[in-house]
Amino acid sequence: MRFLLAAFFAIGLGASAVAKDGVTDFTLDNGLQVVVIEDHRAPVVVHMLWYRAGAADEEPGVSGIAHFLEHLLFKATDNMEAGELSRVVAENGGSDNAFTSQDYTAYFQRVAADRLGLMMQMEADRMRNLRLTEDDIATERNVILEERAQRTDSNPSSLFHEQMNAAAFLNHPYGTPIIGWRHEAAQLSRADALAFYKRFYAPNNAILIVAGDVTPDEVRTLAQEHYGPLKPTPDLTERERLTEPPHLAERRLRFEDPRVSQPYVYRQYLAPERDTGAQEQAAALVYLADILGGNGATSVLGRALQFENPIAVYAGAGYGSVMLDDTEFSLVVYPTPDTTLAEAEAALDREIAKFLETGIDPEQFERIKFQIRADQIYAQDNAMARAQRYGRALTSGLTIEDVQAWPDVLQAVTREQVMEAARDLFDDRRSVTGWLVPEGGEEMK
Amino acid sequence: MMRLIYAFVTLLIVTFPARAEIAIQEITTPAGINAWLVEEHSLPFTALEIRFRGGTSLDRPGKRGAVNLMVGLLEEGAGDMDARAFSEARESLAASFGFGAYDDAITISAQFLTENRDAAVALLHTALTQPRFDDTAIERVRAQVMSHLSSRVTDPNAIAGNTWDKMAFGDHPYGSYRSGTSDSVAALTRDDLMAAMADAIALDRIYVSAVGDITADELSELLDQLFDGLPATGAPMPPRADFALDGGTTVVPFDTPQSVAMFGQAGIDREDPDFFAAFVVNEVLGGRSSNSRLMKEVREKRGLTYGIGTYLADPDLSETIMGHFSSQNDTMGQAIDVVRAEWEKIAEDGITQAELTAAQTYLTGSYPLRFDGNANIANIMVSMQMEGLAVDYIATRNDQVMAVTLEDAKRVASRLYDPDALHFVIVGQPEGVVSN
Repeated sequence: MRFLLAAFFAIGLGASAVAKDGVTDFTLDNGLQVVVIEDHRAPVVVHMLWYRAGAADEEPGVSGIAHFLEHLLFKATDNMEAGELSRVVAENGGSDNAFTSQDYTAYFQRVAADRLGLMMQMEADRMRNLRLTEDDIATERNVILEERAQRTDSNPSSLFHEQMNAAAFLNHPYGTPIIGWRHEAAQLSRADALAFYKRFYAPNNAILIVAGDVTPDEVRTLAQEHYGPLKPTPDLTERERLTEPPHLAERRLRFEDPRVSQPYVYRQYLAPERDTGAQEQAAALVYLADILGGNGATSVLGRALQFENPIAVYAGAGYGSVMLDDTEFSLVVYPTPDTTLAEAEAALDREIAKFLETGIDPEQFERIKFQIRADQIYAQDNAMARAQRYGRALTSGLTIEDVQAWPDVLQAVTREQVMEAARDLFDDRRSVTGWLVPEGGEEMK
Repeated sequence: MMRLIYAFVTLLIVTFPARAEIAIQEITTPAGINAWLVEEHSLPFTALEIRFRGGTSLDRPGKRGAVNLMVGLLEEGAGDMDARAFSEARESLAASFGFGAYDDAITISAQFLTENRDAAVALLHTALTQPRFDDTAIERVRAQVMSHLSSRVTDPNAIAGNTWDKMAFGDHPYGSYRSGTSDSVAALTRDDLMAAMADAIALDRIYVSAVGDITADELSELLDQLFDGLPATGAPMPPRADFALDGGTTVVPFDTPQSVAMFGQAGIDREDPDFFAAFVVNEVLGGRSSNSRLMKEVREKRGLTYGIGTYLADPDLSETIMGHFSSQNDTMGQAIDVVRAEWEKIAEDGITQAELTAAQTYLTGSYPLRFDGNANIANIMVSMQMEGLAVDYIATRNDQVMAVTLEDAKRVASRLYDPDALHFVIVGQPEGVVSN
């Protein structure tokens, strides 16, 4: 993230997709996809522009360029001076920022609903008219190196996860950090930034999401006015990424850093993500993460390792279902001071093996299913979060139909499906196990 | 005698300049609980925010961390439920209860569905009035707190915070970390936790707001059930914390490639007639928008940091102006010089008319945007009550920002910002920076 720390020509006969939960979508002639999420409780609007371009779309050797370019988009354009966009947003009482992930780069402003047109005007301008100087490059490169120092180099846990990811992916770019390896980030040039900009920043490679106190007609008119004139990139190429070969060997690593106080063991397995029209297995993995490590007092790992045989201060599981390509399912155990990492890892293995044998407590399963249903209601409270859910999905190979089907897919998951997903998942050959230890900490045998 | 279930309700409609309208109802329940409510029936849930003033600053001498540990145990078993049974009950209702312990308040953030609201409230009532503090639960949560405390020993930001607090506030509770030290937490007993609860959770220090699918009468009844059985009074509030830090620089050596800086000086009280002028001046110097002088000078022009900001810290018992940033060891010295120069400049010259106008436009324009979502509005309303603000503050706040003149801003900048009083705490190995 930059600070801190993310009409009249709709396809068909001018008709939009039928609104569900106040969500409407249409596409401009130049290929810009538009999603409108209505929430009229407050006179506020979130305007987000998402590009189908993230760190995993970089060429080899320029790691960090997607994120660096995100910073540079706040510099001058043909029509605005450097910093003008943020200044104008602030002058209008709004806030703005941007964020970059492996699969997307997104820019957003949160403003009073009647300022939407101005936001579109500026966002459309910087999609095509960026003007970068060598001075901008030199100064802003220092800023991203400071950012890397703050987020990664100052944090042993971040460095550890960087190493874990690098080991987890043998060929796919997800093994390269979003912020870039320091030695490559330090060399990023104006030409590198402009090459990425030229290739990916185009209306036919972007998704506009507007959430808040607006109607689809208002958005359509404004989008047509401001984004409509942008020419699409005719030779826009598909995102092509290196793919993973079969994983044949378990990987293990130990990362030592004097700044570590609480050692832990972390394991990640290569896992499928949500695929368009086929979200069932990912839905089962969402349950699996909750069942194994959602709530300390009721989850399988929490119960076993924090309660029954308390060898851990924390045990959990994690899974991010929205990625363009295969993702990670993770397990973590923070041992108590009198437990070794070897013991903690052995206990983790035992509990997973036991779980594969005994299966899922039906009551726990029903509770989680109800909680997931209720979360859909709570999630309606935050327009920005709703916009982000669509943005992430649409830049990760999913469609609006997939997003809208997701609650039903989740509710249809059975215990048998979860167990089947678990059996597929837990293959040691597709795993990386890491220990984070203090200087002179426990040796891995 | 029949229980009176109707609440006393006052309705105030606050209209923003930007056409938004928010209907806040002030209610007083039959049992005497005051609460603010916004009815919002479009989503079938309610967000409830509760505060108990005092928080971790009510720790008794030698018992640092007791309030924090006690709060951490509220949902680890209550009534006839152990930790697991309590969690299962909460999960079955899909309710969420968040408990927090801070310097000035214990916070409870609850969200529950309309369809099972009564059961969710009954469960939260059990946690608030009959926590078990089972030995196994105490040991489990204590171990989590100890793990967190040990992580702070090698975290440069935590080291900076501890150093600053100790130097600024000494033996006052503000002078030490709210969750305690590994020694103090190791020594806490079940009796200490019971005492902390009696000190900190009582009706004489409670603040409540709710937003969602609930009427005033329903909320009134709900609150009287929820708080039934809480003691009327708790421990007296701690004394003011005198700011005892002079200008200068304190370097805490720590092996890391990037140093962290925490800086500040004495500040201004919210009740002070010059508060709004100070608020606007801070916005220009280091406020939330990315266009502050410090962001421009330290980040945009020189690339010395990823982010820098300042704020008027106005907790219950002290006032300071605070700021933070990080910079690599070889550039930290230069960054400090730039911040000092900006401090001098604003004290001497104040701000320009253009800066004043831009800050006023931003602050007044962004204010209505905060009232977005049930959870956000509930949070704002409970904070306003804690600060002693009336409902109509929402309608007049922007006028007070606009009333600040260039003269006011200059006078207050000169009164408030004192380069000689500015202190930096640096954790790292900053080249050429020494303590003085």
